[in-house]
Amino acid sequence: MASGVKPRVKVPKTAAAGEAITIKTLISHRMESGQRKDDEGNIIPRSIINRFTCEFNGENVVDVVLEPAISTNPYLEFEALVPETGEFKFTWYDDDGSVYEETKEITVG
Amino acid sequence: MELTRRKAILLGAGAFLAAGLPFRASAALEDKIAEFTGGAEVGSGDIKLIAPEIAENGNTVPIEVSSETADEIMVLALGNPTPSVATFKFGKLAASRTASTRIRLAGTQDVMAIAKLPDGSFVQATSTVKVTIGGCGG
Repeated sequence: MASGVKPRVKVPKTAAAGEAITIKTLISHRMESGQRKDDEGNIIPRSIINRFTCEFNGENVVDVVLEPAISTNPYLEFEALVPETGEFKFTWYDDDGSVYEETKEITVG
Repeated sequence: MELTRRKAILLGAGAFLAAGLPFRASAALEDKIAEFTGGAEVGSGDIKLIAPEIAENGNTVPIEVSSETADEIMVLALGNPTPSVATFKFGKLAASRTASTRIRLAGTQDVMAIAKLPDGSFVQATSTVKVTIGGCGG
């Protein structure tokens, strides 16, 4: 599934050095579980986002393995440390091989 | 009915089979846990699982896992067709070992979180969620 996938991320614009900030991410995706059937009774094939990672200046924050039991439009919330000014990079990996990326700058001041 | 030796054996075999059925249904779950823990003993301790007591809609049930020290946390829905839900691995810049997400539950069931602590031990927490409408399209 490559259409209509839109990542959304909420990261504060500024932070104090070493501060813990809360990051909220959401990506619009059907997350077809592979359990549902269509009108003819055929199983709709699985199509989900199976992995999500967040990095800050190349350093790992979280790495999440997602399974079909994650809801439509997967939402993830977690906390990250900000040691310096830099860039958060968010990556979602789709079952079909697509990779969705989003980046957010944060300034330590 | 006269209980002959033959009938007694048949009855015994039937009871054995019936008892064996639920065990086979949960084999996938036990495999998943063993895969994560490597067969290690799972105790209780530094892991918290926050889930609603009652979820009206099984399609989006908000949950939160947290721990003081865990390296990894695996979430399982014990009553789903496939029990795995998600595995969180916390990296160097994770400020806390806390994460929340929304999950699907097929029906009223237990949700379990297993955390891998830095010393290599495993702890778990379980919470029962009552689901009014299941989340598996059934």
